[in-house]
Amino acid sequence: MRLSLVHARYQLLETVRIPIALVGSAFFPAASMLFFVVPFSGDDPVVATYATAAMVTFSVMSTNIFQYGIGVAEDRAQPWDPYLRTLPTGAAPRFAGRILAGLVLTLLSLIPVVVIAAVGTEARVTGPAFLAALGTIVVVAVPFTLMGLAIGYSLPSKAAIVVAQVVFFPLAVGGGLLFPPEASPGFIEAIAPYLPTRGAVELMWAAVGDFQVRPLSVVMLGVWIVVLSAIAGWAYRRDEGRRFS
Amino acid sequence: MILARAVQATRRYGDVTALDRVDLELPAGELVGLLGPNGAGKSTLLSLLVGLRRVSSGRVELFGGDPRDPAYRRQIGMTPQETGLPPTLRVGEVVDFVSAHYADPVPRTELLGRFGIDDLTRRQTGGLSGGQKRRLAVALAFVGRPRLVFLDEPTTGLDVTARRELWDGIRQFHADGGTVLLSSHYLEEIEALAHRVVVLGQGRVLADDTVNAIRDLVGVRRVSLVAPELPALPGVRAVERTEGVTHLLTTDADQLVRELVGSGVPFSGLEIRPSSLEDAFLAITEARPAIPAQPQDTATSAQPQDTASAQPAAARSEPVPAQPADV
Repeated sequence: MRLSLVHARYQLLETVRIPIALVGSAFFPAASMLFFVVPFSGDDPVVATYATAAMVTFSVMSTNIFQYGIGVAEDRAQPWDPYLRTLPTGAAPRFAGRILAGLVLTLLSLIPVVVIAAVGTEARVTGPAFLAALGTIVVVAVPFTLMGLAIGYSLPSKAAIVVAQVVFFPLAVGGGLLFPPEASPGFIEAIAPYLPTRGAVELMWAAVGDFQVRPLSVVMLGVWIVVLSAIAGWAYRRDEGRRFS
Repeated sequence: MILARAVQATRRYGDVTALDRVDLELPAGELVGLLGPNGAGKSTLLSLLVGLRRVSSGRVELFGGDPRDPAYRRQIGMTPQETGLPPTLRVGEVVDFVSAHYADPVPRTELLGRFGIDDLTRRQTGGLSGGQKRRLAVALAFVGRPRLVFLDEPTTGLDVTARRELWDGIRQFHADGGTVLLSSHYLEEIEALAHRVVVLGQGRVLADDTVNAIRDLVGVRRVSLVAPELPALPGVRAVERTEGVTHLLTTDADQLVRELVGSGVPFSGLEIRPSSLEDAFLAITEARPAIPAQPQDTATSAQPQDTASAQPAAARSEPVPAQPADV
């Protein structure tokens, strides 16, 4: 456990030394806030709060898909990883440290969204709702962490960058993150429940308002988690098998 | 006490056999050199011994246990490839990070001082020169006060001074009772440090002996001269003729020249050259599997053409050694 924290600390240190990486993961959601949420929903607290929650979900998704997808793929290409495996600990602290660091970075990337929402819109949450949202963020981060890991462990870094970029935008739009609840275009309403982003954003909406979660979305989110963890686990073991067996 | 052991260790990658039934023992206190051309299996053997990979068959042991169990890696040290150091971390941070994995690490300043890079503590590793990275990489092998270190090409890319300094560091560790397995491309490096040498070729142990014995084995000299015809001369390993010049490969050039002069044969253009390291490797690593049965007794110039034509190496006018004894 102590070693996991050490690993997390150095992973964060490596990331912080290249600040543009931080800016990158926070940019899309923050920009979306400024362009879509602030001008169009500024005067309605409920709409603004839901839109902010959607952008938070967006941010959680993109940060995790990118940091794990690309970060893991790049680390796999470096001889540093095998070297660490010769130290008298297994692969577990490295892995746990990565997840911890990922969570910290996810929360950091949310700060601009929350600040913009608080300053530029009428979005408001109560204290308990804010805490519920924080807890929900951790839950919602799970499927996207798994998705990032699946990409990172199964693809070389150049392919991982492309796949991460190709995947995240359709997930955001298709899941209805860019529209208020029940206001998406018809075809998005039709496909959204089957995407992990929808279940995630519905949980966020339920955390910050009195939104009624649709069972289908949440069940599908569970299905995604099962499927993605199977893929991520398979990719991880396959990679271990190739490099360390 | 045997600190590391390989018993009939075999490692295959798909159809390729990288390591083929290798036996190796590393007793405490030895400084063993591991020599071999690229692709000989050096890295594979090291990766098995430090627990990075699994044997396909046979077994490896580290301090009496499975190297894949982290507990048995507490007393080893290994060099990372210097290209892999995290570029954004500072030298001191890299050391601290690796130190965190050990119960009783060497204090940072002491460690870096030992390798002459204590003035670089605040520098990011990405900005270091190749030689500085190399020193840091080697220093990391010693962080955890190991009893056994694996040094993979420790001085590649270092200038002469830096190389000598690093050698002194390795010698000091060995003098204090440390055990070292050192892989290198440089015969000179092995000669300077190791007492015992293991030569790998095509995944097999081709020689495992003292430095002197190996040197005799590969210490083939090439004696070149122009002569119409030569009598049978003792100690000739192989004969080769190119454009009127006769090349004799021998381990004892002095004796050969004496015999040559004594025989009264007219000759001119006498030249004696040591074999290059590459020649020596070819002598040990290629001759063995490719030796045809019959020319084994070409200790004389009886069948030189056969020997030459039997081996493609002759096309590059390289020496074609006969069977090196007892590899």
